[in-house]
Amino acid sequence: MQAVKYARASSIGDAIKLLQEGGPAARVLAGGTDVIVQARERRRDIDLFVDIKRVPEVMAIDFGDGVTIGAGVPLYQIYEDERIARAYPALIESAHVIGGTAIQGRATLGGNLCNSSPAADSIPAMMVLRGVANIAGPNGEREVAVDEFCTGPGRNVLEVGEFVVSIRLPQPPEHSGSAWQRFIPRNEMDIAVANAGSMLVLDGDTVTDARIALGAVAPTPLLVQEAADALIGRPLTDETIAAAAAASRAAANPIDDMRGSVKQRKHLTGVLTERTLRTAAERARA
Amino acid sequence: MSNGVTTQRIIINTTINGEPREFLADERDSLLEALRERIGLTGVKEGCNNGNCGACSVILDGRLVNSCVVMAAEVEGSEITTVEGLAQAEKLHPLQQAFLEDAALQCGICTPGFLVSAKALLDHNPHPTEDEARFWLAGNLCRCTGYDKIIRAVLHAADEMNGNAG
Ligand SMILES: Cc1cc2nc3c(=O)[nH]c(=O)nc-3n(C[C@H](O)[C@H](O)[C@H](O)COP(=O)(O)OP(=O)(O)OC[C@H]3O[C@@H](n4cnc5c(N)ncnc54)[C@H](O)[C@@H]3O)c2cc1C
Repeated sequence: MQAVKYARASSIGDAIKLLQEGGPAARVLAGGTDVIVQARERRRDIDLFVDIKRVPEVMAIDFGDGVTIGAGVPLYQIYEDERIARAYPALIESAHVIGGTAIQGRATLGGNLCNSSPAADSIPAMMVLRGVANIAGPNGEREVAVDEFCTGPGRNVLEVGEFVVSIRLPQPPEHSGSAWQRFIPRNEMDIAVANAGSMLVLDGDTVTDARIALGAVAPTPLLVQEAADALIGRPLTDETIAAAAAASRAAANPIDDMRGSVKQRKHLTGVLTERTLRTAAERARA
Repeated sequence: MSNGVTTQRIIINTTINGEPREFLADERDSLLEALRERIGLTGVKEGCNNGNCGACSVILDGRLVNSCVVMAAEVEGSEITTVEGLAQAEKLHPLQQAFLEDAALQCGICTPGFLVSAKALLDHNPHPTEDEARFWLAGNLCRCTGYDKIIRAVLHAADEMNGNAG
């Protein structure tokens, strides 16, 4: 391990102070499943870990208007919570496949969001569920929608001294459903070739609201408004689903790499859009 | 190595395998490094050192983790179980017994991680199906590829522990 100092924050104010004093080379330590490896392999310039897991707000799950999930809550605690599982199936489907059991014992939604990988699995799920990041920093608190959070591969809106305290998911409306899927060549433990999340609200057969988001097919996870527009105000049919899938394929702007080609990723984007829409619709009708 | 930062020695209080344990570590140590090099628990193996292989699996406050992606400084006040904590005096844990009887190891480097991971599984779910066992253990890699025997040994141990041997 390169020389990295360790500091434990006990309050939000304490964390802000430590991050601000530490400057750009200070990093929040949540579950550590990305950042410890990055420090060890020197992929980032890191000289201080600020452990936020003793900050009470960071470790809490609060049900009020929807749910507010502390940025340090490990994934297993999220998918083992029946109230979250019932209301936010897209989130649970993504949380279940991030790493294996041992990764899920530590990894967090806050870490997945702030690491800001284009392939991060939970980000499209949080996007379709209209997730909002509650951020605290030297200039006070602010809220940023998950779909506006990432600005490039590994980059996001956070300024020096700021961190994500929690993520709020609003209460899903009546007759709504969500779903998330990814494609990987293995059954478990791999990075997405492509992933997608969908959320639908139905009034009878008519779509009154829709959200579709994609991962691993652009420099950031992507909310595809054109795919939603192909559905909203229309009946949910094979044709409108196909139009949404075509809009996803058109919005995807992937790269060729060892995990998949541009062509395969665009194709997968359409398939995953269609499948998640059908599952979301079943859930909306249930 | 040098990035101009000087790290310090810190004292860490934990309970390891049921015994209170205070030890000195460097604040840059991972839990894996501290367990092996500061405490001498060399049953915890270093494989990939990046969270992928599971050789360094330990149970931290009741949850399975990869000790290579935990900082030693984080475990102040925590309870840790390593493979050294599985056997009771001279009596092997049923998982260890099953791994021996079913020849569920070849070179052995992954074995402590699999045993700890399987213990966490059975603590959490005493009656796993084969699918559940395979998914739970997906983060443990066996470079000799002996997965079938490992899974059979885990299910065998679960049977033994549930009192319906054979
Ligand atoms: C074996 C393995 C398998 C993996 N599989 C997957 C997978 O299938 N899908 C996937 O998406 N990811 C995967 N990952 C990556 C990683 O586990 C996830 O991105 C995880 O959600 C990161 O969360 P963490 O709490 O461990 O983050 P950390 O490592 O603690 O932090 C990640 C980054 O975010 C910053 N950060 C963390 N929390 C905050 C906060 N609250 N405010 C501000 N900044 C913060 C940190 O400073 C760091 O830069 C895998 C990793 C490993 C090692």
